[in-house]
Amino acid sequence: MRKPYQKPTILKLQVGFMRDKKSGLSRMVRREIDGVPVRELAERFGSPLFVFSERRLREQFRYLKRLFEGHYPRVEFSWSYKTNYLDAICRIFHQEGATAEVVSDFEYEKARRLGIPGDEIVFNGPYKPKETLRRAVLEGARINVDSMDEILDLEEIARETGEKVRIGLRVNMDTGIYPRWDRFGFNLESGEVLNVARRIAAGGRLEVVGLHCHQGTFILEPEAYGRAAEKLVQLARKLEEEFGWTIEYLDLGGGFPSRNRLKGLYLPPEVAVPPLSEYAERIGRALLSGLPAGDYPLLILETGRALVDEAGFLITTVRTVKRLPDGRRAYVLDAGVNLLFTAFWYHFRVEIEKEIPGPPEPCVLYGPLCMNIDVVEETAYLPPLSRGTRLILSPVGAYNVTQWMQFITYRPRVVLVTEAGKVEVIREAETLEDIVRRENLPEHLR
Amino acid sequence: MKLNRLAISEEGFIFDPETGNSYTVNETGLLILKKLREGLGPEEIAEAMSEEYEVSPEEALRDVQDFLETIARFGLWEEKAWLK
Repeated sequence: MRKPYQKPTILKLQVGFMRDKKSGLSRMVRREIDGVPVRELAERFGSPLFVFSERRLREQFRYLKRLFEGHYPRVEFSWSYKTNYLDAICRIFHQEGATAEVVSDFEYEKARRLGIPGDEIVFNGPYKPKETLRRAVLEGARINVDSMDEILDLEEIARETGEKVRIGLRVNMDTGIYPRWDRFGFNLESGEVLNVARRIAAGGRLEVVGLHCHQGTFILEPEAYGRAAEKLVQLARKLEEEFGWTIEYLDLGGGFPSRNRLKGLYLPPEVAVPPLSEYAERIGRALLSGLPAGDYPLLILETGRALVDEAGFLITTVRTVKRLPDGRRAYVLDAGVNLLFTAFWYHFRVEIEKEIPGPPEPCVLYGPLCMNIDVVEETAYLPPLSRGTRLILSPVGAYNVTQWMQFITYRPRVVLVTEAGKVEVIREAETLEDIVRRENLPEHLR
Repeated sequence: MKLNRLAISEEGFIFDPETGNSYTVNETGLLILKKLREGLGPEEIAEAMSEEYEVSPEEALRDVQDFLETIARFGLWEEKAWLK
């Protein structure tokens, strides 16, 4: 009877280099995703593989909805398409009651194609092509205006249709956070918003019915939302008094963080990322204390990352094991920054499909691209892995399946583990045909 | 040979009196060090490992070579040492 094998390791002992063999190991193992074994997923659908959990998507949506409704009576979640616009993911959120938040012609068309009526679409973004803008006006979308040129476009459309167009104004402001996103919309503190409002009122073709403010992304300061809400309430009152408009909605945008580990943050996300309940509380308090009783405009939230990130996993396989000149072990995975755009900003949780004996060692995780920048994780602590070992990276549900690149290799399948425990393909793997279909070889080169 | 000067405990604790550095090895790492001291070469060590553990001789040889590279980097072993 031979003994179970453990790869030979030698570690230089250093003061402060902590190794907690037992507890560390069990945290690093993930055998299944929502009851479906990782091995089965990879064998049936290939590696790399994006896996989404329907249960987690719905649970997170319901949790956030309850949370915010506990602090303010009228809340609408508008699903941020750019965060993840796979049909299946959008449909799940729409079924839960989310409207659609889009920022381009493509996203607008995708939402309409999925059957979302125009009046359930929030149309943001710094460039709205005139044709799409016209369509959005005719279909009654909530359009949040970003610039003076857009106002001119909308006035022209209003002239054509002969009807007043209802719009929202995108506002940027100081909420005490850095960096300040001041390239979108009109500035509050400088008085630009009021000037623009006067201009709109003078034009007589548009009517401001909403205010919008998106402060940035992965904002770790709940109070910033409180300040934004407070300032929007004051602005709304001023606009109503001065111009006779009725502000029907206040849109606080997105930017709520997920439990992902932002690079440069020393503390783990469980400590560094404030609970979402704090955000809900600050927003609710600012709105309720600033608004007259009974007059509650709709609060719109464009939460993307906080809803979807933690429902997404990526299964990837160690394809090659190497040693770097400095002695560290390096693993080449079949998924790199081509699929994991967010690897530039976040340290993912790295889990192994099964318990592997051996002490965790510092190692580097590389992707399959022939580029030096293709690093999934600069320093992971993993026991010595063999070729073929599968790793599970998370959370990867936000932005990756929209910002991924068709670069050097194909993009893999995306599957959904349904609430019933079935596994459904929600996006097929790309083939050569997908990529060359749009190419054209001119006659003289054939 | 440098390897012979190391203090190696049965639990896998290693002390290098020359530099003052200490190391830990796991069970299979310890086996390799012991076999190296006995003067065995990588192939023989790999064979011994696959007899004692659930591992193919090929995988064992690859791991032995990887281990040798690592201890060479720590200055505990030289490529030619076992040839002498």
